[in-house]
Amino acid sequence: MMRALRIIGVTMFILSLWHLLVVLTGLPAFILPSPARVGMALIGNLELIAHHASVTMAEVMIGLLLGAVLGVATAISLAQSPIARVVVRPMMVLSQALPVFALAPVLTLWLGYGLWPKIIMALLIIYFPVTSAFFDGLMQTPRGMLDQAKVMQARPWQIMRHIRIPAAVPALASGLRLAAVYAPIGAIIGEWVGASQGLGYLMLLANGRAKIDLMFAALIVLAVLTLLLHASVDRLCSYVVRRQQA
Amino acid sequence: MSNSPALHFHGSAAIAGTPIFDPLDLDIAAGKWTCLLGASGVGKTTVLRLLAGLGDHIDHVGSIRTSDGQLLAGRISLMAQTDNLMPWLDVFDNIVIGSRLRGDAVDGDRAERLIEQVGLTAHRHKKPNALSGGQRQRVALARTLMEGRPIVLLDEPFSALDAKIRAEMQELAAGLFAGKTVCLITHDPGEAARLGDVIFVMNAIGLHSVTPPSSPVIRPYDAPDVLACQGQLLRLLRESS
Repeated sequence: MMRALRIIGVTMFILSLWHLLVVLTGLPAFILPSPARVGMALIGNLELIAHHASVTMAEVMIGLLLGAVLGVATAISLAQSPIARVVVRPMMVLSQALPVFALAPVLTLWLGYGLWPKIIMALLIIYFPVTSAFFDGLMQTPRGMLDQAKVMQARPWQIMRHIRIPAAVPALASGLRLAAVYAPIGAIIGEWVGASQGLGYLMLLANGRAKIDLMFAALIVLAVLTLLLHASVDRLCSYVVRRQQA
Repeated sequence: MSNSPALHFHGSAAIAGTPIFDPLDLDIAAGKWTCLLGASGVGKTTVLRLLAGLGDHIDHVGSIRTSDGQLLAGRISLMAQTDNLMPWLDVFDNIVIGSRLRGDAVDGDRAERLIEQVGLTAHRHKKPNALSGGQRQRVALARTLMEGRPIVLLDEPFSALDAKIRAEMQELAAGLFAGKTVCLITHDPGEAARLGDVIFVMNAIGLHSVTPPSSPVIRPYDAPDVLACQGQLLRLLRESS
């Protein structure tokens, strides 16, 4: 209850500041529309925005899921195999030197204007944080547990399955929390480069037609959805980690 | 446990070029409690790690022999000061972790009997975070027994417990490890005097054998000969430092 009140309070405060800024500076509506105008645009185009939002969220969710699965698999193979570490890890770090944004036109060229280039963008952008967080967790298994396993004559894969992976779950959770914030960025960039649907596309379209209030409405919906996604992933991760250890 | 072998440790050790201890000879008696008493930093844990096969980073010049001539690997279980329980497993699953890690079938009935023997039946489904320090060491004790190995290495397993729980754990362990070859590392003279069939004090100069009290283990903590032995051990510890 207090939490809800606080969120409403903060929202009201930001909206008031925004309104005040528009009134005081007298900026024209095609530069910065007032919150009321944006609200009207949001209500007036609810169906349109909802459609494009659902496309974007589908890209984000699929990208998040695939990126997480791929990141987890990579981290496990890196942790399990020293050869993989020597070969793959420098490649991963090197790949980070290349801005993922720069790949968006290439992906569109290769995969067309559909969902896939956006999904791949979201996937690429979260792949490294997930892999890196989980890998670090896998490499930091408490010494004593590994000693115990060695004395018990454990097999390497069983150590991975029964000790190292469960011990790294909290680290994976922090990687996934980051991923939930990054994934929408990837999808939106993908949409900017070439799309016929999605909030990123809608924003460009509205901008091109000088419907700045609609652009802001789409932007706000995107921000709210990203916050919701982050909050859900955060809740889920905390729940899983708590359940795991109590 | 008539097949519990005696062990003989010989040699010196160094880690990354820094000598830990000079050549020494440690005889661990078959089917009995051998206590290795020493101050912190004297290298007793290094001896134990070498015995446990955890000495990859230790340069050991010497040998470890068993009285039956067979390999040590696979015949040892280890119980350390930290319980090393998996926080995501409940009591039962922690006890059978060894079988899981080897990919063997789990003997659930045996695990249940051990849970009963260490008095944790009521806590069977709890995870380590919900247990007290003493209860956690009971789980570690049951896990050690579950392994069914003839040789048990104990690295100050009771030192983090309060005096009352520690005394109870010593009694429980003495009963449950009967017949096994036990090597207990400790810095507590009272513990060595209570539990040692054979007692060594380890210091910078080397090992000193100390005659334990004549009564069988586990000895009452307040018997005159135990207290006298405890005093003698403390004196040796202090002289050597």
